[in-house]
Amino acid sequence: MDKKDTMVLDFEKNIVEIEAKIGALKLLAEDEAVNIDDELSRLQKKLEKQLISSYANLSPWQKAQIARHPDRPQCLDYVNALIEDFTPLCGDRRFADDETMIAGIGRFKGVSVAVLGQQKGKDLETRVKYNFGMAKPEGYRKAQRIMDLANKFSLPILCFVDTDGAYPGVDAEARGQAEAIAASIEKCLQMKVPVVSTVIGVGGSGGAIAIATANRILMLENSIYSVISPEGCASILWRSADKVKEATEAMKLTAQDLKKLKLIDEIITEPVGGAHRDVAYMVEKVGEAISKNLNELLKFSGEDLKKQRTEKFFTMGRNLDK
Amino acid sequence: MNWLRDFVRPKVKKAVSTKDIADNLWCKCPACGQMLFSKELKKSMYVCTNCDHHLRLYLDKRLNMLFDNGEYNEISLPKIKDDPLKFKDTKKYTDRLKAYRKETGREDAIIVAQGDIGGVTSVIAAIDFNFMGGSMGQAVGEGIVKAAEIAIKGKCPLITVAASGGARMQEGMLSLMQMARTTAAVNLVKENKLPFISILTDPTTGGVSASFAMLGDVHIAEKGCLIGFAGQRVIEQTIREKLPAGFQRAEYLKEHGMVDIVVRRDEMKDELVKVISILMHKKPNLNRLALK
Ligand SMILES: [Zn+2]
Repeated sequence: MDKKDTMVLDFEKNIVEIEAKIGALKLLAEDEAVNIDDELSRLQKKLEKQLISSYANLSPWQKAQIARHPDRPQCLDYVNALIEDFTPLCGDRRFADDETMIAGIGRFKGVSVAVLGQQKGKDLETRVKYNFGMAKPEGYRKAQRIMDLANKFSLPILCFVDTDGAYPGVDAEARGQAEAIAASIEKCLQMKVPVVSTVIGVGGSGGAIAIATANRILMLENSIYSVISPEGCASILWRSADKVKEATEAMKLTAQDLKKLKLIDEIITEPVGGAHRDVAYMVEKVGEAISKNLNELLKFSGEDLKKQRTEKFFTMGRNLDK
Repeated sequence: MNWLRDFVRPKVKKAVSTKDIADNLWCKCPACGQMLFSKELKKSMYVCTNCDHHLRLYLDKRLNMLFDNGEYNEISLPKIKDDPLKFKDTKKYTDRLKAYRKETGREDAIIVAQGDIGGVTSVIAAIDFNFMGGSMGQAVGEGIVKAAEIAIKGKCPLITVAASGGARMQEGMLSLMQMARTTAAVNLVKENKLPFISILTDPTTGGVSASFAMLGDVHIAEKGCLIGFAGQRVIEQTIREKLPAGFQRAEYLKEHGMVDIVVRRDEMKDELVKVISILMHKKPNLNRLALK
């Protein structure tokens, strides 16, 4: 990546060094008529090897860091690339429009759909605008409104989950954050249309499951989904924020662990180095995975989809060790 | 049903409405005070070229703008018995009606029309602000009810275009009851799983805002328009404070969760086509540009 102010994770440092060398070499070749092909291909091979070995055995904590990477593609990256004629819809018809909760209608590969998801923002300005991806009760109530709309007009619902959690604030509590999340989960379960949720980054607790009580739950390879943030868990159970790595390890929050626990359906492979290293590729992959799952679900009646969804969540945990 | 019987024969005198801006050479922008050449104003769809204020749009122009190629059939509405309360304030209600009918060439403050929007046959019920401030009495209520019936029979989307000061006081409680009647009408459309899209224009207030206009599946508001229940003067007198700038404007309503989409006038048709075609699972007709 040639963006200068990109955040570099610890285990990415070697990679960034080689990338810098390649960049410098290319620059040099432009100025002078030196043949650098050999050196370049040697470095490129080294980079590939480095990437593969760095990313082959990432620890849960390292995955959490990738999942939270500021350059990781976010909800709107997927929506803008995958949803044709996307028409954002706003407001809970009660109190406010929560910009964190992206909601709207459009077409996915020619099929009319409804879209939900949390947007985190990528720089200070947009992070503030999207409240760092933490939705308020009005966001979850907007989601419920759009789900009702989707149900009425037979629009499959595609959710892009990416939140550290629902917003913890006095105002959010006063307006019933808990009720808003509960009602949102309930609404998901009542839908007679396919619901496909993809955890694209961080699936933070109740704020995530509010739009992830789905027929199919997909996770990106380096995304995480957990009952509480690793930091929160460390400080409550270990009584020390320093124990965050241990907590992350223990929580079983990676896509791979959750697949083993049969809590999610599918893992979407990320480009080597993580989704942020090739956004276009990632978006396409996610589109393919959603499309495959959606096509399977579209064969069922609304009544069946609702039943299957309820059954799926009833079965969770009962189906282990079999 | 008999479609032919429901269509109104086009009236010639509508085309030469006396108050039409286009007939005067110059018009003053109510927002910035700039004098605007009416030919220019017509070209800009009655949006001030100086300050971008969206002037109130004549109803026939609104319908031209929303229906494909400006083509639509107006639907005849049941005749309502005038002045049920024999109401008189400074003037007899019957005299007021007479004057407005002469001025606008319409029976009352509503038009119901059917035509294609992005290739999807749709029904529009639009309120005429120029007829007694678009106030909702029995005739307007009946128009909404009729529009809902036609939408349901034809399995097509219902679009209402609100522009109203509220209830028609001269019809007393019969007017208040239109809030319930119109709500019942749009509720039927919604129960039939047909899109009900409410377009809010300047102004959407009082009994109209507190009934069908706020019950759409999707709410599209025109930039800067006034939307609210109570009038600003009433609120100011009650709280004895000056109201903040932007209060009760379309953008304020969106921020407060009441409106989905705020559009400029020249974007309205496209947004409407997108919403209708997605909800009706139809490919939008590419030839969807509005007649301007
Ligand atoms: Zn102006």
